[in-house]
Amino acid sequence: MSDRLTVRKTYKLYLGGAFPRSESGRTYEVHDTKGHFLANAAWASRKDGRDAVVAARGAFGTWSGATAYNRGQVLYRVAEVMEGRAAQFTEEVAAGEGLSPAKARAAVDAAIDRWVWYAGWTDKLAAVLGSTNPVAGPYFGFSVPEPTGVVAVLAPQRSSLLGLVSVLAPVLAAGNTAVVVSSKERPLPAITLGEVLATSDVPGGVVNLLTGDAAEIGPWLAEHADVDAIDLAGAPAPLAMELERSAAGTIKRVLRAPAEEPDWSADPGLSRLRPFLETKSVWHPIGV
Amino acid sequence: MSIFEYAPAPESRSIVDIRPSYGLFVDGEFADGTGTPFKTVNPATEEVLSEVATGSDADVDRAVRAARRAFTRVWGPMRPADRGKYLFRIARLLQERAREFAVLETLDNGKPIRESRDVDVPLAAAHFFYHAGWADKLEHAGLGPAPRPLGVAGQVIPWNFPLLMLAWKVAPALATGNTVVLKPAETTPLTALLFAEICQQADLPPGVVNIVTGAGETGRAVISHPDVDKVAFTGSTEVGRAIARAVAGTEKRLTLELGGKAANIVFDDAPIDEAVEGIVRGIFFNQGHVCCAGSRLLVQESVHDDVVASLQRRIGTLRVGDPMDKNTDLGAINSAEQLARIRDLTAYGETEGATCWQPEGDLPDRGFWFKPTVFTDVSPAHRIARDEVFGPVLSVMTFRTPDEAVAKANNSTYGLSAGVWSEKGSRILKITDQLRAGVVWANTFNELDPTSPFGGYKQSGYGREGGRQGLSAYLRSDF
Repeated sequence: MSDRLTVRKTYKLYLGGAFPRSESGRTYEVHDTKGHFLANAAWASRKDGRDAVVAARGAFGTWSGATAYNRGQVLYRVAEVMEGRAAQFTEEVAAGEGLSPAKARAAVDAAIDRWVWYAGWTDKLAAVLGSTNPVAGPYFGFSVPEPTGVVAVLAPQRSSLLGLVSVLAPVLAAGNTAVVVSSKERPLPAITLGEVLATSDVPGGVVNLLTGDAAEIGPWLAEHADVDAIDLAGAPAPLAMELERSAAGTIKRVLRAPAEEPDWSADPGLSRLRPFLETKSVWHPIGV
Repeated sequence: MSIFEYAPAPESRSIVDIRPSYGLFVDGEFADGTGTPFKTVNPATEEVLSEVATGSDADVDRAVRAARRAFTRVWGPMRPADRGKYLFRIARLLQERAREFAVLETLDNGKPIRESRDVDVPLAAAHFFYHAGWADKLEHAGLGPAPRPLGVAGQVIPWNFPLLMLAWKVAPALATGNTVVLKPAETTPLTALLFAEICQQADLPPGVVNIVTGAGETGRAVISHPDVDKVAFTGSTEVGRAIARAVAGTEKRLTLELGGKAANIVFDDAPIDEAVEGIVRGIFFNQGHVCCAGSRLLVQESVHDDVVASLQRRIGTLRVGDPMDKNTDLGAINSAEQLARIRDLTAYGETEGATCWQPEGDLPDRGFWFKPTVFTDVSPAHRIARDEVFGPVLSVMTFRTPDEAVAKANNSTYGLSAGVWSEKGSRILKITDQLRAGVVWANTFNELDPTSPFGGYKQSGYGREGGRQGLSAYLRSDF
C-alpha cells in the first residue's frame, strides 16, 4: 500500500451539462450501510429542480430531433464509458447498498448491459409501435411514436445504480429529456453516472441529476407546467398518490410505482418505453 | 352574392319512435332510475323529445355489479371468436338501422342530417366492425403472447358525437374482453338508449353493456366506483383534470381525450380553393363542436387577404338552419349553455381587439343558433386564440416563415390535432414532424377512421382510440 493520501471527489449536481453545487448551498451527509461517512452530497432545492426543467426543455429539440441511429450510438457510448469505470461504480454500489463486491459488480454489469439493450431500441420503436393505417378512403395514413417531452424521474430508493439506469435509459431511448431525483440515502452512483453521461456525447441538459429528497422536489416537478410526464418509481405510496393528484392539474402522463420496489434485473420489455411515447397519426390524400 | 334558393328537403322523422320516457339499461333490461329524471330537447326547436332517468349512486353500483358479473361469468370466459361475432352482429345491426340512428342523432343533437347520416352512424358501425376482428387476434397486437382484459370499464362520453363516441369506447372495450358501464352526455342520451336495443337484438349477454344516463354526478359515480378497473373519458380538459385527480392513488387505468385548439397552417403554395374547403370542414363541421376542430387558422402573410376573401365568399354559401334538411351545412348549437359559452368567448374576441365577421342571413327564431364566424387581426395572446370555443368560430393569424408557423402552432397547452396545406411534399413531412399534435392532416382535415389511432399530446389527454395502438388502453400486458 502506498502512503499517498487519496484525492476525494466533491459530489455535486449534474445540471445542464455542468456540475454545479445546489443553489441553496445545502449539502447532506451520505453514509454507507454501516453508518460510516462517505461524502457530503449536494441537497438539491426547488430552484435546482426548476433550473433542471429549463435545461431539459432546452435540450429536448436537439435530442428528440437527432436520428434514432445517433441516439442509439450515444446510449451505447454511455455503456462503453461506464464499463471503463466499473470498479468505481462497484465500490459505490457496495458501500451504499451494503452488497458484497461480487454482487455489487453484478449490479453494475447489469446496469451497463441495460444501456446496451436500450441503445438497440431507439431505431426499432417506430417499426414496433408505429403503423400504416389502411383507412377507408383515398388517403395514406401512418402513425409514429414520438417522445412525450420532459420527463421527471423519481429514481428508485434502494437500487441506486441498476434501478436508476433502468428508469432513466428508457426515457432517453424514447427521445425524451429527463430531470432525475436520485435515491435520497444512496445518491453517489447517480453523480458518478452524471460524469459518465457528460463524457459520452449525451448533449448537456438531456439528463439532469439532482441528489436530494424526492419528497421535497417531487411536488414541484409534479405540478410544473413544463414537465410532460412523471415516473414515480422512487416515491413511497402516500407521496406517490399526492404527486399523481398534483400531476393531474396539467394532464401529465404518470407512471405509477408498484407497492414494492421491483427486481430490476428482470426483462423490462416495453413497459417503461410506452408510457413516455405519444402516437402521432398523419393523413395525406392519395391522388394524381 | 345571391344564393340559389333550394327547395326544402327535409328528412322524415317518422322512422324513429321516441318513447315518452326512458329508464336505465342495466343487466340487459331497462329499469327506472332512482334519481330525478331529466328532459332531453331538440336544440333546433327546443321541443322536449323525451324524459330520461337519472342514475343515482345506487343505480351505478347496480350497473357496475352487473358488469362485474358479466365479466366474470360470461364475457371473460367466452371464446374470443364468439366475442368478435357479437361485435360483428352489432356492426350489422347499426348498419341496418342506420337511418333511424341518423334521424334520432340529429333530433337530439342538432347536427345536420347529412353529417349524422354520412359520418356519425357509418363510422360508428365501422368501429364495431373493425374491433370485432381484433377480438380473436389480440396475441398479435404487440402486447405479448397473452394480453388480458382489465375487467369493468367506466366510460363517460360527450354530446358532440353521441353514438360515435359510444362506439369509440364500447367497441375496443368489448373486443378486448372487458364489460362496460357507459354514461352518455345529459343533452344527448337518446342514441345510446337506442343502442341498448341493438344490444338486446344482438342477444348480447346481460351486463356486458350497461348504460346509465344522468349528468355530472352520475358520471362521477361511474368513474369513482371502487370496482371499476378502467376509466375512459372524452370531454373537457377541466373535467379531465378532475377525473385524473379522482383516479390518483387507485389501481384504475385511465385514458383521457380532452380539448383542443388545432392550428390549420396554410402555406403560400397551397391550392387556395382546396385549402378553403379544408378550412371550412375543419371549423364548421358539426358546428365546430369538435375537439379536433381547426380553430386557429395560420395563413402565410402573402396569401392572407386572398384566403380570407375566398373563405368569406365560401362561408356565404353555407346553409345554416333546420338540421333535418338534407341541404343544411350547419345545424343547431347543442344547448343553451354551450351557446352562452360561445357568445361569451366571442365577446372577448371583440373586446380584445380582433375583427369579427359573420355572413348575412337570418337564423331561426326558436332553438340555439350561432352563425359561422371568422375573427381576423387575432393575436396569439387573445382568448379566442387560446381557449377552446367548441363552436363555429375561426381565429385567423399570420406567419412569414415555416419556423414561425410551427412555433405559433405549438404555442398551445393543447395538442390534439393540426393541419398543413402545401403542395410541397418535403415541406409537409417536415412540418408534420415538428407539430406537437396527435393527429396531423396534410391537405385534408377532420378525417377519422377506426384503423387510425386518435388522441392528444400535452393537455389534450393521453391514450389512443382506434388502431392497434388503441387496444393497449383496455389490456393488461407484461410486455
